[in-house]
Amino acid sequence: MARISAGVTSSHVPAIAAAWDQGRADDDYWRPIFAGFEWSKRWIAENMPDVVVLVYNDHASAFSLELIPTFAIGCADRFEIADEGYGPRPVPAVEGHADLAWHIAQSTILDEFDMTIINRLDVDHGLTVPLTLMFGQPEAWPTRIIPIAVNVVQYPPPTGNRCFLLGQAIRRAVESYPEDLNVHVWGTGGMSHQLQGPRAGLINREFDTAFLDRLTTDPEALRKMPHIEYVREAGSEAIELVMWLVMRGALGDHAKELYRFYHVPTSNTALGHIVLEPTS
Amino acid sequence: MTDVSEFDDIPGTTLFTAQRSRKGYWLNQFCMSLMRAENRERFKADERAYLDEWPMTEAQKQAVLARDYNACIAEGGNIYFLAKIFATDGKSYQYAAGTMTGMTQEEYAEMMLRGGRSIEGARSIKEGR
Repeated sequence: MARISAGVTSSHVPAIAAAWDQGRADDDYWRPIFAGFEWSKRWIAENMPDVVVLVYNDHASAFSLELIPTFAIGCADRFEIADEGYGPRPVPAVEGHADLAWHIAQSTILDEFDMTIINRLDVDHGLTVPLTLMFGQPEAWPTRIIPIAVNVVQYPPPTGNRCFLLGQAIRRAVESYPEDLNVHVWGTGGMSHQLQGPRAGLINREFDTAFLDRLTTDPEALRKMPHIEYVREAGSEAIELVMWLVMRGALGDHAKELYRFYHVPTSNTALGHIVLEPTS
Repeated sequence: MTDVSEFDDIPGTTLFTAQRSRKGYWLNQFCMSLMRAENRERFKADERAYLDEWPMTEAQKQAVLARDYNACIAEGGNIYFLAKIFATDGKSYQYAAGTMTGMTQEEYAEMMLRGGRSIEGARSIKEGR
C-alpha cells in the first residue's frame, strides 16, 4: 500500500527563482538561504519519495478571475512551466502521477471534499520554487508531483480547519492506494509577508516561530486560527499558511520535527521551512 | 453574510474581498493578458491604446499608466494580477511593494535587511495597537 512518510513545508518566494535562474545563488544575500536547504537536500536524497502531493497556490497564472476553484487537483501526466510575465522559468516540466491523482480525486470527493479536477495546468513559482530549493537544478525532477492548488487569493480562502481536514482525507486516499509508493505531502507559501499597501514589508518573527512550534506541539490550536489572525499578525499574504495545514493534516495525529530553517529577509518575506515525520 | 469589517481595520492593508473583486474584474483581466509575450509587446508599444481595448474605468487606466500600485489596489486590483504589469516592466515584487510604502527602494530594502516592518502599532486602526 502507498504511505505518507514525511511532510515538508517551504515558502515559495519568486525572487528565489530569479536568483537561482540568473546565477546569483552564491551572492552574499542569497547564499544563506540556499544553505538553509542543504540538510534537506541530503535528507531527501536518502528518502526520495515516489510522489509528492504538493499543496500550493496559483498566483493568477493558471486561474484568472474567470474561474476560482477553492481546491483543485492536477490529474495530468505532465505540467508545463507557466510564463508569469518574465518568460517561463528554465526548469524541467513537472511529471505528474495521473493514476494516484485520480485515485485521490475520487477518494476525496466521495469523502465529501468537492475537488476540481484539472487536466491541463501550467505551474508557477508557487510550485517550482520549493522544487528548486529541495532538488537544485536536475535534468528532470527526481520525483513525480501531484499539484493541489488552493485558492488563497480571492476572499474567502478555505479555513485552516478545512485545509487540515482535506489533509486527513488525502491521507485516507493515499493509504487506500494499492501500489507500494512512498509519498510526501508538501505545504508551501508563507510565512509572514505583506506585498501590498503602506504596511508592505511586515515581518512577525514571534508569530512565525509559534506557528512552526505548534505544527508539532499543538496543531489543534492552528486548526482554530481564523483568517483575520493570519493577516493581522503576519501580513496579507501570510494567509498562504493555511496550506501548511493540509500537509499537517496528512501526517496524522502526531509528528516529529526533523529540521527547521527560518530566515529574514527573503525579498519581502520571512522564509520558513520545516521537515516533519509522522509518528504513531 | 460574511462580516468583512474586521479586514478593513488592519492599517495599510486591502484584502481582496468579493466587492473588490467585482470592482477590479477588468483591471485584473487586463493584467492577465500580459502573460502572453505578444500582448506585452503591444502594451509596451502603446500603453494607452492597449488599455483602451479593455472595459476599464478611466481611474483604473490612469492608475496603471502612472504605475501607482496603491491606486490600482484601491480600484480593485489584486497584487498577484498587478504583478503582470511590473513583470512586463522587468521589476520585482520588492520594487513594487516598496513603491506602495512611501519609502524609496533603498530605504525599503534596508528595512527588510533589518528584519522587516514591526508589527507593533500595525495591527488595528480601531484599537491603535
